[in-house]
Amino acid sequence: MAQLKILVVDDEPGIRSGVSRILGNFHVTYPFMDEDYTFHIMEAATGEEGIEIIDREMPDILLLDNKLPGIQGVEVLEYVRKKNYDIVVAMITSYASIDVAVKAHNDGAIDFIPKPFTPQELKASIEQITKQQYLRRITHKLKVEGRKVRFQFLSVLSHELKAPLNAIEGYLKMMQERQMGDSLEEYASAIERSLQRIDSMRNLIMDLLDFTKVSFERQMEKMQSVNLKELVSMAVVTVSPYAIHKDIQFVTEVKGCENIWADPNDFEIIMNNLVSNAVKYNKPGGTVTVTLDCTDNEFILSVADTGIGMNGDEREMLFEEFSRIRNDKTRNISGSGLGLSIVRKVVELYHGVINVESAPDRGSVFTVIIPRSQVSNLKTGI
Amino acid sequence: MSKIYTVLLVDDDPDYLFQVAFYLRKAGFEVMAVESQAEAEQVILKMKPDIAVFDLMMESDDSGFILCYKLKRKHPEVPVILATAVSRETGLTFGLSGGQDRDWIRADLYLEKGVRPEQLEQEIRKLLKI
Repeated sequence: MAQLKILVVDDEPGIRSGVSRILGNFHVTYPFMDEDYTFHIMEAATGEEGIEIIDREMPDILLLDNKLPGIQGVEVLEYVRKKNYDIVVAMITSYASIDVAVKAHNDGAIDFIPKPFTPQELKASIEQITKQQYLRRITHKLKVEGRKVRFQFLSVLSHELKAPLNAIEGYLKMMQERQMGDSLEEYASAIERSLQRIDSMRNLIMDLLDFTKVSFERQMEKMQSVNLKELVSMAVVTVSPYAIHKDIQFVTEVKGCENIWADPNDFEIIMNNLVSNAVKYNKPGGTVTVTLDCTDNEFILSVADTGIGMNGDEREMLFEEFSRIRNDKTRNISGSGLGLSIVRKVVELYHGVINVESAPDRGSVFTVIIPRSQVSNLKTGI
Repeated sequence: MSKIYTVLLVDDDPDYLFQVAFYLRKAGFEVMAVESQAEAEQVILKMKPDIAVFDLMMESDDSGFILCYKLKRKHPEVPVILATAVSRETGLTFGLSGGQDRDWIRADLYLEKGVRPEQLEQEIRKLLKI
């Protein structure tokens, strides 16, 4: 049971006590509300008194007569609007001239209750107003939460973007001030590290682009039959310069279900991230095995590597945004910490799950399972 | 400077760590530079630095605080500087002016991570009174 405060501003005592009587034991309920609303009624005989109570009690709903002895109702309304108070205002008035009505409407009055009113009319209005106030506040709350999440994301992001800049700047200053002597040879590792940081920054920016792409709503017109085997080959080609450098072998096993109904971009993101991770975190001379399989109900894609693996704690934070596993083995591997969080987002768009099994120094297996029935019934947005 | 002072420097950004360590060594300090909370804890077990500089945001959000706590428990007299990049970017501010915070965090100085190495050196000298 929640309670809303209603302030009645009217110079006629009969109206004030009438409102108090009618709404005193009234309650509003809607299926979408968490709880019923009851009302606490406060009364003011003048606009001046009304403003005093508004400032002190902060009512949720204001029932406002326009014709008052001192300042007029519309002036009270103007005050509420200027102060940006979260109050829903309804005018109760017998002489609603069009001018007053327009002004009141422009100043945010959402309802006009004609005087005299029946208990039913008043209750119907209050019901509407309550619903509106409830929805307004929920919307506001959701917006604020959305902003908070975005704010956190952006602040971590700006940190992640600044760190490499600081590092590169530091190395450049060392060179500028000849801190390690005049020979360029002395700076080889500083240059190498700078290039690595630039690389990782570029990766972060690429991942960010992916990230914004998948955050948009699914567009049905982009859905098509996607050949997963081709996507695997493409992912392998993309990563092959690095794979050749590390002497990594690829094995692809297709046991069935080559085609899936999807947005090809999405599965490119999944494939590229998993395959390039499998190379990145592999050991020299290792193997990457990509398996496509299906049952009656599910597509199953798995990417296995013979790399450095990870322990349980590390596995837990793996899919968080900007989480990177930091240890001696990953020190020289650049990554944005976004790749797997993006993959998970995409997989979830298709009502799927992504799992990982891993053992330190033995390797990891990432398995993506997507229900076949759900593929035509996508979530829109995230 | 007759005595050689030892600085324990902990930061998970290997480049920042290298650059600051390089600068401080040039300035005449001995520097123990490590990249993780675990390594730092090993160092604290084995030796007593003259001063410590911890990055606040290492592998988990509170690594810097934990190190601070552990070092202070073992060697309450060793000054600790907490450095972090968080505050400027997020607008979160938590300096050490409040007495309660100071009790809990137990660091002697709180620094923005963006400080130039020269400035860090100055602060270190101030805390070491040299």
